[in-house]
Amino acid sequence: MIKKFVVGSFEEEKVLFPAVKNVRRAGYKLHEVYTPFPIHGLDKAMGLRETSLHTMGFIYGILGTTIAIGGMGWIFTTDWPLNIGGKPHFPLPAFIPIAFELTVLLSGVGMVWTFCWLCKMMPGVKKHHFNLRSTDDLMTMVIECTPSSNEVEIESFLKDNGAIEINTQDAEEGWWFGRYDKEQQLYKEEDLEIVE
Amino acid sequence: MSLLKYESQLREPLINGDKNYHQVTEDIIGPVETKPTRLWWIGFSIALMLLAFGVYSVYREVAYGITEWNITRTVGWGWDITNFVWWIGIGHAGTLISAILLLFGQKWRTGVNRAAEAMTIFAVMCAGMFPIFHMGRVWDGFFILPYPNSRGPVWPNFNSALLWDVFAVSTYFTISLLFWYTGLLPDLASIRDRAKTKFRKMFYGLTAFGWTGSTKHWQRQESLALVLAGLATPLVLSVHTIVSFDFATSVIPGWHTTIFPPYFVAGAIFSGFAMVQSLLIITRKVLHLEDYITIGHIEAMNKVIVLTGSIVGCAYLSELFIAWYSQNTYEWWAFRENRANIFSPYGWAYYGMIFCNVVSPQLFWSRKLRRNATFTFFMAVLVNVGMWFERFVIFVTSTYRDFLPSSWTTYYSPSIWEIGFYLGTFGLFFTCYFLFAKFFPVIAAAEIKAILKTSGENYKEKMSTIESMDSDKFYEEEMVHAH
Repeated sequence: MIKKFVVGSFEEEKVLFPAVKNVRRAGYKLHEVYTPFPIHGLDKAMGLRETSLHTMGFIYGILGTTIAIGGMGWIFTTDWPLNIGGKPHFPLPAFIPIAFELTVLLSGVGMVWTFCWLCKMMPGVKKHHFNLRSTDDLMTMVIECTPSSNEVEIESFLKDNGAIEINTQDAEEGWWFGRYDKEQQLYKEEDLEIVE
Repeated sequence: MSLLKYESQLREPLINGDKNYHQVTEDIIGPVETKPTRLWWIGFSIALMLLAFGVYSVYREVAYGITEWNITRTVGWGWDITNFVWWIGIGHAGTLISAILLLFGQKWRTGVNRAAEAMTIFAVMCAGMFPIFHMGRVWDGFFILPYPNSRGPVWPNFNSALLWDVFAVSTYFTISLLFWYTGLLPDLASIRDRAKTKFRKMFYGLTAFGWTGSTKHWQRQESLALVLAGLATPLVLSVHTIVSFDFATSVIPGWHTTIFPPYFVAGAIFSGFAMVQSLLIITRKVLHLEDYITIGHIEAMNKVIVLTGSIVGCAYLSELFIAWYSQNTYEWWAFRENRANIFSPYGWAYYGMIFCNVVSPQLFWSRKLRRNATFTFFMAVLVNVGMWFERFVIFVTSTYRDFLPSSWTTYYSPSIWEIGFYLGTFGLFFTCYFLFAKFFPVIAAAEIKAILKTSGENYKEKMSTIESMDSDKFYEEEMVHAH
């Protein structure tokens, strides 16, 4: 969906943090802050909740352990109980290495998959980039315009808070399939004039 | 108000020179955007030639059978598994640097982790080749995978250390690859957003997965990195532990020892760091990255080398002692006659190993030598030679004189195709590394930016005023208003 955004870029973290606080205090709709590197504490300052990705990792891990122990146990006791040098059919200590490896494997692969899914990332995904320098050296704060907000007012607000590059952009907020070497026209709903 | 960010000046800066965020991007991503130098082409061609020779050697082995190799009835593993364990050991440094040092909060990892992880992945790829082609009938290789099949079903033996190895190595490869790639995404996005050419826009647009640098994504990415590090830490220790089980769970004298897991893990880290050193000393010079991979980084890795080298030395001594102390005739024979006796057929290999792995790294107790890049490079090569000898000694000296003296006559030396296979993996390794150094940033630029203001030289200089402040004033100015 295409929306209007006011974009302000900052050079310094110590200018950005108070600006984030002020934006929230002023009641503007903070869409996102794009940074070239992880800035610790920024998520808290923006009021984002803690990610629960690690909980998913734990669930995937337990699943891996269960599959490993259950699978090997079923194979050796039920499906094909092979006598290997008179050893027990359910030798738990001998199952530990594979159970551990599968725990790690499922947990890791599952978490990365969940990470990509949550962040909407995969090869071929394209998103709108408000400022190309936000993967280089600028921290880009994006404020979404609501029907009640005045973009000129937001722009001057950002200027007062130390932003160096300020502009207003119409942008698609989600993601779509596309290539970065091709320009794309945004689809806009326009009022059609019906010719009688 | 100031957020107290600078690190004490007592610590050496991790990034030298007058840098800002943009300069970091320029320095690290710049080499990706320029045409490769003549030196790169020469190196790449040599690597490709080695790879081609390796492919032909493997073709000989597949087409004419395992008799193309000189492995014999008693020396069944020979060079092949020696090289497997050597490569997999080298592949341990990357994850150690990226995972264990991340958990320990060692900031110097940021300068070296990307290249070390890439090296890990390539080394594990090379390692994987050896057991696969050692199977002989490589086209039946999928028999090692447990899946419901029409052959019974016949399942692999889950009690076998060799099967544990299959799981360990493949898990290690997958997790290392994911860890490396999720860390690479922000830097690929940097290249994409700076790209001028159509190819770069397309290629890095695809490979960056649409990374934007949003705070929420960073938060998830950091959480992911932390948990993956937590998982990879026991994983990296488990992989070489399980590789050592291939030997330790057998009843061959010289292999059947409980010291093997820690001894192998220490050796793996030892050889892995040596390989990282030899690659990075060249890379920093060629790509002009001396400001990011500083002498301080090299020194830190040399400290790990001297530590792990000494652990390995202790392991050699204790297995020798236990062989005598156990009063087991076969064990003591294997150690006394087949290894420690310098006049035995492979005595040279044992003493070569002791010299390269235990004696020579002790020179790194000297700070001056630790901080000498050229000396470190030669030392790193020596350590890798020594670690190769270690595996050779373990495999060959324990098997070339087995329980039956009538099979003692053979002196194992490799055939040209065994050597060719080994050289071929060097070709594979360096082909991959050259491509990596050309198309990917060899240093994690985003992570460097994150520590720039605490550990960068020009920022640390600003600590002078803070460090000269008296404590009451410091508390007033820095702490009270900081929040």
